Amino acid sequence: MSFIEISHLRKSFGPNTVVHDFSLSIEKGEFISFLGPSGCGKTTILRMIAGFETATSGSLHVGGVEMTNLPPAKRNVGMVFQAYALFPNLTVAGNIGFGLKIAGKERGEIDARVAELLELIKLPDLGDRYPYQLSGGQQQRVALARALAIKPQVLLLDEPLSALDAKIRVSLREEIRALQRELGITTVFVTHDQEEALSISDRIVVMNQGRADQVGTPSEIYNNPATRFVASFVGTLNLFEARVVDPVAGRVSIDGQPVVTARDISAYGIADGATVALRPEALSLGGGDGDRNVLTGTVEEVSFLGAVIRVRVKLREARVSLDIFNDPALDLPKVGMPAAVSFKKDDLLIIDRD
Amino acid sequence: MKTNRLGHWIAILIGTLYFVVPLAATFEFSLRKLRGVYSFEAYRVVLADPQFQSSFTFSVGLAVVTIVFGMAIIVPMAYFVELRLRKLRPFVEFVTLLPLVVPAIVIVFGYLRLYNSSSILPLTNSTLSTNFLLTCGYVTLALPYMYRSIETGLRAIDVRTLTEAAESLGASSGTIIWRIILPNIRSAMLSGAFLTFAIVIGEFTFASLLNRPAFGPYLQLIGANRAYEPAALACMAFMITWACMGIIQVISRNAVAAHP
Ligand SMILES: Nc1ncnc2c1ncn2[C@@H]1O[C@H](COP(=O)(O)OP(=O)(O)O)[C@@H](O)[C@H]1O
Ligand SMILES: [Mg+2]
Repeated sequence: MSFIEISHLRKSFGPNTVVHDFSLSIEKGEFISFLGPSGCGKTTILRMIAGFETATSGSLHVGGVEMTNLPPAKRNVGMVFQAYALFPNLTVAGNIGFGLKIAGKERGEIDARVAELLELIKLPDLGDRYPYQLSGGQQQRVALARALAIKPQVLLLDEPLSALDAKIRVSLREEIRALQRELGITTVFVTHDQEEALSISDRIVVMNQGRADQVGTPSEIYNNPATRFVASFVGTLNLFEARVVDPVAGRVSIDGQPVVTARDISAYGIADGATVALRPEALSLGGGDGDRNVLTGTVEEVSFLGAVIRVRVKLREARVSLDIFNDPALDLPKVGMPAAVSFKKDDLLIIDRD
Repeated sequence: MKTNRLGHWIAILIGTLYFVVPLAATFEFSLRKLRGVYSFEAYRVVLADPQFQSSFTFSVGLAVVTIVFGMAIIVPMAYFVELRLRKLRPFVEFVTLLPLVVPAIVIVFGYLRLYNSSSILPLTNSTLSTNFLLTCGYVTLALPYMYRSIETGLRAIDVRTLTEAAESLGASSGTIIWRIILPNIRSAMLSGAFLTFAIVIGEFTFASLLNRPAFGPYLQLIGANRAYEPAALACMAFMITWACMGIIQVISRNAVAAHP
């Protein structure tokens, strides 16, 4: 049995079922992200792990102990909220030490632990401040320290970075990850930001309407999306309705142009429809060598995004976007020019499920 | 534009005169107890009256008990409504407004019918239990004001998330109310408390019909039998009320200053 075992968890609010038959095993020390659009049930699952919601059915075990119906105060789970939720009447030190004080720890022990945590979140001198005297990023670090102070068996974070500006969001997520590694604490991190999930997780659970569409490492999720939803939610993607020409040789036609995939499509029949996908960064302009697939069309739009330039090429009916690295020496393609787009056989993704 | 502004000034002037003239006249009258000179003689007489002292002390005591008792009931109720029963909020608001709609005389007659000496729960039998009944009545009267102040205080903080944060750190409901909720609504509770104080000090109907020696009936007694002293008492009552209001102002301003 894994450290956290979630099995067949279901949650309904009245007639609405917002989590359907959700099962997941999490290893000790793992960093798991729940990724999905707003309203897909991420928070609800996290709240069931924390004990703020009771599951309609299913069960939850942590460290081999049944937790399904335990009240939150008995679970020893640390929680970090999007809105920080620091206690306004307590100082930073008071906030961090709150859980220890409740647990009846001695003054000296509390002070030592608070100092240690202030050091850990790199705010060693701010113990006497009140929450309203801190920036958003500082408040969220204090919230993190408060959750960690009680040495919880699991750390839960519900979109902890969503209220912060872009720069701090990136630096704080790296800090959270570094801290998590250092402490080896099992962590569940909820986010709707795919870049965030991809950059810091051991594994990602991609959620879609109360179900887990796919569970996998960031590279599995990105390179082998199991469903159309995962493919389109994670990263930018060109999706095509292709037709299978030869399932054994891996030949399909996209918008009437023949291409070959290295992936297994032997389960398809001849002339079956198949959803296939191409990542913009897997594509390059120009024909390339004979081993690559080539699609031809005309340049429809060129947008400058800084480090990369995104080019949209219109094939016959379909359109395909590709990214090329910005290079001042490069001649930018012009709108209306004929263009060839090429990609490796490996890069043509087959989306099996809807 | 110009006439418009003139209109504003006239409106303000009329309003001010309406309130200030009777007050000023009362104050002036209260100073005339000694023939031919202005003096505070009426005030001296009132303050020296043992009945004044005893009834005022009695009412202050009642006010304090009412505040403590009322807060002990209303804070947890308002907290749990905010935490778990937000849908009930309009209903609770309606219930807390009822004491403003039902006249005090009706409430106290109801009490007398329910708790008289020949009833199942004869609270009017002893002084202590009658005082208790009076306190309950005052809690009812103060309910709309106390509830509203506390609710405003609770809405200013994120009750649900703070509660959950504390729960996940191992705190029980009692601990959460005591250590997290109360300290954060302290100024709201203080304004509720001073409003309640002002109400209880001047209350007449309940105290009179339950025959308790409170300050309200004393005011009435003096008013019926003396000339200058009632005016002095009225001015003092105004001072007390204003002091309460002033304290509420200071408290709420400090609360704003502390959390900009
Ligand atoms: N207490 C509740 N009562 C009724 N519906 C709720 C409640 N909490 C969440 N929901 C519904 O459950 C769905 C999932 O919500 P949530 O878990 O917060 O999504 P996410 O965190 O992925 O944005 C939403 O449609 C939301 O409206
Ligand atoms: Mg959410």
